[in-house]
Amino acid sequence: MKSGSNLEKVFEKGEFALTGECGPPRGADVEKLKKKAEHLVGYVDAVNITDNQTSIVRMSSIGASKILLDMGLEPVMQMVCRDRNRIAMQSDVFGAAALGIKNMLCLSGDHQIFGNQQEAKNVYDIDSVNLIDTVRMMRDDGKILGGDEVEGAPGMYIGAAANPFGDPFDFRPIRLAKKVKAGVDFIQTQCIYNMPKFREYMKRVVDMGLHEKVHVMAGITPLKSLPMARYMATKVSGIDVPDDMIARLKGVEKKQRAKEGIKIAIEQMQEVKEIEGVHGVHLMAIEWEHKVPDIVKEAGFHPRPKVD
Amino acid sequence: MSETTSGDYEPKIVAFACEYCSYTAADLAGSMRLQYPANVRIIKVPCTGRSDAIMLLRALEEGADAVFVAGCQPGDCHFLKGNYRAKAMVPGVKTMLEEVGLHPDRVEFFHVAASEAQRWVEVVEEMTARARRLGPNPIRTGEGPEYGPGAKKDAGDEEDAA
Amino acid sequence: MIVGERKPLEEIFESIEGAKDILVAGCGTCVAVCMAGGEKEVGMLAAELRMGARLRGLDIDVSEATAQRQCDKEYLETLREHVEGKDLVISMACGIGVQYLALNYEPVRVVPGINTDFLGANLDVGEWAEYCQNCGDCVLADTGGICPIARCSKSLLNGPCGGSANGKCEIDPTVDCAWQLIYDRMKALGRLDRLSEVHPPKSWKTSRDGGPRRLVREDQKT
Repeated sequence: MKSGSNLEKVFEKGEFALTGECGPPRGADVEKLKKKAEHLVGYVDAVNITDNQTSIVRMSSIGASKILLDMGLEPVMQMVCRDRNRIAMQSDVFGAAALGIKNMLCLSGDHQIFGNQQEAKNVYDIDSVNLIDTVRMMRDDGKILGGDEVEGAPGMYIGAAANPFGDPFDFRPIRLAKKVKAGVDFIQTQCIYNMPKFREYMKRVVDMGLHEKVHVMAGITPLKSLPMARYMATKVSGIDVPDDMIARLKGVEKKQRAKEGIKIAIEQMQEVKEIEGVHGVHLMAIEWEHKVPDIVKEAGFHPRPKVD
Repeated sequence: MSETTSGDYEPKIVAFACEYCSYTAADLAGSMRLQYPANVRIIKVPCTGRSDAIMLLRALEEGADAVFVAGCQPGDCHFLKGNYRAKAMVPGVKTMLEEVGLHPDRVEFFHVAASEAQRWVEVVEEMTARARRLGPNPIRTGEGPEYGPGAKKDAGDEEDAA
Repeated sequence: MIVGERKPLEEIFESIEGAKDILVAGCGTCVAVCMAGGEKEVGMLAAELRMGARLRGLDIDVSEATAQRQCDKEYLETLREHVEGKDLVISMACGIGVQYLALNYEPVRVVPGINTDFLGANLDVGEWAEYCQNCGDCVLADTGGICPIARCSKSLLNGPCGGSANGKCEIDPTVDCAWQLIYDRMKALGRLDRLSEVHPPKSWKTSRDGGPRRLVREDQKT
């Protein structure tokens, strides 16, 4: 066991894993965070806590992760390379491990131009691939960058993101291979709307034998409305929403669209389970956390496996 | 503007005209005995591409009430792109005028072909009319800025609002 | 070359407040090439300052002079007769020239006339793009001659990130994704396999992060 985390144990047991997501509040409001997270208790194997997502200042990922831990949820602490240099990142890995956080996701991070601190200096001291390698080195070799020995290795289960829909498409599986080489344990993909493209991506991943070295989790985000679908299609970089998906939503009357969006998500969850190389689902019901229990139950993903 | 109302004000217009097109048009207007305001002083350049922001600024600094550049019709420049170069330069000068506190209408670019004597007349009339409307160049008169913060309201602003 | 742009006139007026005898000092190298601070631009700013002052009721005298460069003492020396007796110099050079002029002509007050933007290539008439971040440890051999430090918005060494779409960067549709360019170039060179290697973290010690840099060439010192 690398970390002994619940997520790791679920994978090791050969079970199909399920993670959720929770964005911390834009302030110190603990109750707000708890209210959101409560819906997820018992319905997911672990919960991602985002790190100042879209460069909007929120309660820190490490702080929010600890709060969720105390609620009985297992956090996946996200860490971006945008805001912290290697000193701060390695330090936060120690801090997180010390607090009992056992999973983390290493990300590049959205550029600050998207958020509410556009005048900030951006850091990007090391990139996400380097971060994966660094955490692995801290955990397995007991060393930090530069070679100094650690006083207590952090038992961290290391995750990263992958975007099957970004360009250049041909390079994406190769980049996944790089992350595997760097030591990543699990991958969560960008949310899927273009299933054929995702299948093609997974085919290449399997051809490269990567599915035997890393657990890929398919990202699913239920569409709430037509404006949301259009927004995802045009305004969010790296997301591919095919026309037939938009057409499907358009085809039902407005009041039914949220329901249809959930229906689509459930279908997708069941579909990806059958794709070779996919070992789990990462369900991002952002600001829709209260729907998660129903989605998880209707998709047949409940109850979650009990691992010791 | 006291100069305007008293009738003493005669606008001084400086024109950069190119040998191949607009200067020829001006010449033609002369030989056709077309009547037009005598306020314009013509500077002949081999090509309007030779004209530059610094020349327009200096003309205004020296007290010209309006300055224009008249180049060949698109595609007809003897030196291929000189007229485009001049045309691209003028909006930049307008912005500089605004920052200084002068009205951007005091400078302009026009296309005038060699045969277009009547067009030349129209252009001169247009710029002379603008200079009358805006009044004497405040650089000359010492009155404050006529554009931007601190500008005094005058007849020129009505055109502005339109 | 160094690429810069003239500061807004209003900002310059604010920075020269209190001065009467002013010299606008141009530079004939980089800033002249990008048409921000060469002899012509000096003339333009001087004309604007004189006209602007006249309209604002300010009493200033503006003279003009241009040196070949403002980053070498020998060239700065050519400005001596023009700087003498002035209250203030507006240096139209890049940030280097402004400072070096100020140093060599202490205690004369010196202000910048341009904003120094970036190190860039001249892509087309009137168009420049940032190409180098002077990191002090060039990795261009690894990336087919395209710099990920300067041209990737996140300076990734193992890019692209998930935000690359249609060859463009997530921050702006006019910004090329440097890693798309690197991928295409390495593919054309038949060296794509090199991109499968994990590039280790960059040492920023040689860049500005390690502190203001200095170079001494002993082999050049007599």
